[in-house]
Amino acid sequence: MRETAVVGFAQRQMKDFDGSPSMAELLVPILAECYEQTGWAKKDIGFWCSGSSDYLAGRSFSFVSAIDAIGVLPPVNESHVEMDAAWALYEAWLKIQTGEVDTALVFGFGKASAGVLRRTLALQLDPYTMTPLWPDTVSLAALQARAGLDAGLWDEAALAEVVNRSLTDAEKNEYAVRAGGSSVEELLARPMFADPLRKHDCAPVTDGAAAIVLAAGDRAREANQRPAWISGIAHSSDGLHLGTRDLTSSGSAERAVAAAGGTAGVQVAELHAPFSHQELVLRSALGLGNDVRISPSGGALAANPMFSAGAIRIGEAAKQIWDGSADKVLGHATSGPALQQNLVCVMEGRN
Amino acid sequence: MGKTPAAVIGIGQTHHRAKREDLSMAGLCREAMDRALEDAGLTLDEVDAIVIGKAPDLFEGVMMPELYLAEALGAAGKPLLRVHTAGSVGGSTAIVASSLVQAGVHKRVLTVAFEKQSESNAMWALSVPVPFVMPVHAGAGGYFAPHVRSYIRRANAPSHIGAIVAAKDRTNALKNPYAHLHNEGTTVESVLASQMLWDPIHYDETCPSSDGACAMVIAAEDVAKTYDSPAWIHGTVMRSEPTSAAERDQVNPQAGRDAAAALWKATGITDPAREIDCAEIYVPFAWFEPMWIENLGFAPEGAGWKLTEAGETAIGGSLPINMSGGVLSSNPIGASGMLRFAEAALQVRGRAGEHQVDGAHRALGHAYGGGSQFFSMWVVGSQPPSN
Amino acid sequence: MSRTLQAPVTVAFDYTRSTGPVIGRFLTGLRDATVVGGRLADGRVAVPPPEYDPVSHQAVTEFVDLPDTGTVTSWTWVSEPVAGQPFDRPFAYALVTVDGADTGWLHAVDVASAAEIETGMKVRARWAEQRTGSVNDLVFVPDDGGDSGGATGEPGNEDVDRIITPVSLDYSYAASPEESAFFRGLAEGRILGQRCPQCKKVYVPPRGACPTDGVPTSEEVELAQVGTVTTFCVVNVPFLGQKIKPPYVSAYVLLDGADIALQHLILDIPAEEVRMGMRVEAVWRPRDEWGTSIENISHFAPADEPDADFDSYKHHL
Repeated sequence: MRETAVVGFAQRQMKDFDGSPSMAELLVPILAECYEQTGWAKKDIGFWCSGSSDYLAGRSFSFVSAIDAIGVLPPVNESHVEMDAAWALYEAWLKIQTGEVDTALVFGFGKASAGVLRRTLALQLDPYTMTPLWPDTVSLAALQARAGLDAGLWDEAALAEVVNRSLTDAEKNEYAVRAGGSSVEELLARPMFADPLRKHDCAPVTDGAAAIVLAAGDRAREANQRPAWISGIAHSSDGLHLGTRDLTSSGSAERAVAAAGGTAGVQVAELHAPFSHQELVLRSALGLGNDVRISPSGGALAANPMFSAGAIRIGEAAKQIWDGSADKVLGHATSGPALQQNLVCVMEGRN
Repeated sequence: MGKTPAAVIGIGQTHHRAKREDLSMAGLCREAMDRALEDAGLTLDEVDAIVIGKAPDLFEGVMMPELYLAEALGAAGKPLLRVHTAGSVGGSTAIVASSLVQAGVHKRVLTVAFEKQSESNAMWALSVPVPFVMPVHAGAGGYFAPHVRSYIRRANAPSHIGAIVAAKDRTNALKNPYAHLHNEGTTVESVLASQMLWDPIHYDETCPSSDGACAMVIAAEDVAKTYDSPAWIHGTVMRSEPTSAAERDQVNPQAGRDAAAALWKATGITDPAREIDCAEIYVPFAWFEPMWIENLGFAPEGAGWKLTEAGETAIGGSLPINMSGGVLSSNPIGASGMLRFAEAALQVRGRAGEHQVDGAHRALGHAYGGGSQFFSMWVVGSQPPSN
Repeated sequence: MSRTLQAPVTVAFDYTRSTGPVIGRFLTGLRDATVVGGRLADGRVAVPPPEYDPVSHQAVTEFVDLPDTGTVTSWTWVSEPVAGQPFDRPFAYALVTVDGADTGWLHAVDVASAAEIETGMKVRARWAEQRTGSVNDLVFVPDDGGDSGGATGEPGNEDVDRIITPVSLDYSYAASPEESAFFRGLAEGRILGQRCPQCKKVYVPPRGACPTDGVPTSEEVELAQVGTVTTFCVVNVPFLGQKIKPPYVSAYVLLDGADIALQHLILDIPAEEVRMGMRVEAVWRPRDEWGTSIENISHFAPADEPDADFDSYKHHL
């Protein structure tokens, strides 16, 4: 594989963004930050790829005007996935692997607050046998959480521990929309929202956007003193139907991490777990031991902007390499109900 | 580091119709996929990854339908990517699938694109009300008709050129059993006599609204070499520009010109009109044939219509265009771009049946989307790429 | 005043879905108060039957009629229901494994509180009296051995092969800050553009990102209310939401002082007399009808001026 690294990352996360659903005006300063970090300009970027969703914006072709933020005359080499920007990053990584380009800028955006997010996401289900019942995503995750409780794989205290660590770490993240640790006891005393999940077990509705810069070889070294070299990146999918898969494990995460070369030596893992129990499913599926530091950014329970939160995990993990905090990290993204799709990006620093 | 050469080894498509009421969305995708797999002599278990494309989710009212389709697509247990680049998506999806092979990540990738337009109403899905503005342009035809008028003015083209294109494509479609429209006896006169919908565009100069899907299996060189007639991928390109920008050329968009120039350069083509044996290009409104002929560099600016008028773009002409009947005869939007790419591949494999162009060794597949601002194209050949 | 203009918008459509043979078989069963499962290649029975076997990938073709009773294998309590759900008061969603099946079926269970449901609980269907062939033809209730109501209603004669699924979503739409300035200007009878600080082009409406330079347009420019028709089409087709009877002209109008054309209507002139290069002026609605909308301008009408030279607008096509 051609050596490729994450060399730039910028993000915005907020409770509610008051601007347009295409978020071009929010992307402008984010892209500017990427240019500043890398010392590059628009013309230095060989390929662009974004991730977003029309249903989040409530209109067809919502991604079309987002590319205005790039400034697209003269025209650019550009693509879009109707997925989290982590998969846009995968497409960009492929493009670099083919040798056609040396650099790429990937971005994702979503204004979840424009609608009722957990209801909108019911449109992700089987349109014949599921969506007519409008099962909201929180309920689906709760069915998954219950399955693990019933199987004895975790208890409510284990979920509260995940939340407490996450919200404590989030205190240091300027972009967290929810932060502030307390104690397992205090968290367990709060009311149920979707039994067995409490509101703090579920990611907050978040608006936001993020961008990541990828580069190959010397271009990466030119842009970043300590690039986060991608040693493995892969993704996989499971079926959607909850009844025919084991909700307490994640086959797709297991396959993705195996294809990405495993997790031996990983010191920090940023996991995209929008529900507290999903972090436990992922730790097990990805084979992350107790010595691995999980989501120092606070993770998705602190802020979860749809269609960029997965990419943000990769960016946050890369930052751990850039500043020398770690030598090997993992960024993870998920998509679809109850962890249906999973992507793993393993990155290394070299001294 | 070089690219792994890749080739199309299997092609399948549905019978396109206004309403495929016999099939669900999954069934529609599988009709195309199963044909592509049979063509390649493979099973879904032998495929490494699935890349799916379609146009806006509002068409079917399912958000990211690939999630619910995962099992039916055989993607449960595999990598699954969903591409959406507006009308060019069928082409972009095929390009992403080829890059998975060219990057050396996978050996056999299945790509599929679909649209089940009968689930809703495209005019509705494309014109969801936006507060503070008002709907004036009446769907895609209303969007593109003013630009057709601009072309006619700039190129000083005779007013029947669109009708020539429509009559040709509808006649070609009679040779394609998969085409949605099989309108016998379409002539220049009958097209000009059809209702003027969005002046200067007549009814018969517009594409239908179709249910349909297209699928291809793309394989790495070592696999493709074991097949007797793979369509080798010589070059791929994508370019985007803004929907609306000051002084943007909407008739001859720069993104299309740049994309074509990059594609010809990458494939070592210096005289595309001579070196390309046939082209399947995205023409949803008949007048876009001469417009794209110029945009692609097959003719100088202002002279595209002369090729059409001279009959050079018919099967048997010097540059046959839209042998399948084109978008004018079948338009399952999300799949329309992939159908263009697939027809180019069918031609160089010599498997286009009655609409085969004799001696087609190198062909262009082309798609565009949005307000003519997203372009995707590929060149495929009967021989492996030399570059 | 908030930074941006916001307004509600509803995206609603009744989708017509053709079901295909497998889903059709399942929904036909529900209409006739029968639960139909599909047999998978590994021998398991799944409800609802998948169209394609998740392991063998083959179309599912063997169906099994099952009882309408089953067991809860997982559940959750919906404390705050959202629109469209089976109940508008708190209720349970559960995975129910129907007796004789091997997989869970996501459905609703009608119990009064979370205390009344648990994993392992036996449930049965409560069928609707009027059934259409939809998953909404039933909900589950605790199995007290009573009648499920399935005997009511006549079996239909024809198989279900189509369903109508209404999708209605409410959104709050916001304009960008730059567009908001434009719409607020319209509420004062002014047409406001903004100049890009880099390329110096005047955009109307202004843009959060200049599509050439990727920076917000900034310097405000009040534009003339007269301009040139660059190009147009005559709309002869009716469409959903149309407010004017065809035929009418939809045109690109390049206002004097702007570098990009606006799309608007040309009226007060027969459609066949509209031409490229025609000079037009804005016609406003009565002031008491104004809002923050482009609809404040009713249309453009011919201005009493000679046509513009083609050269003056040919770069705007």
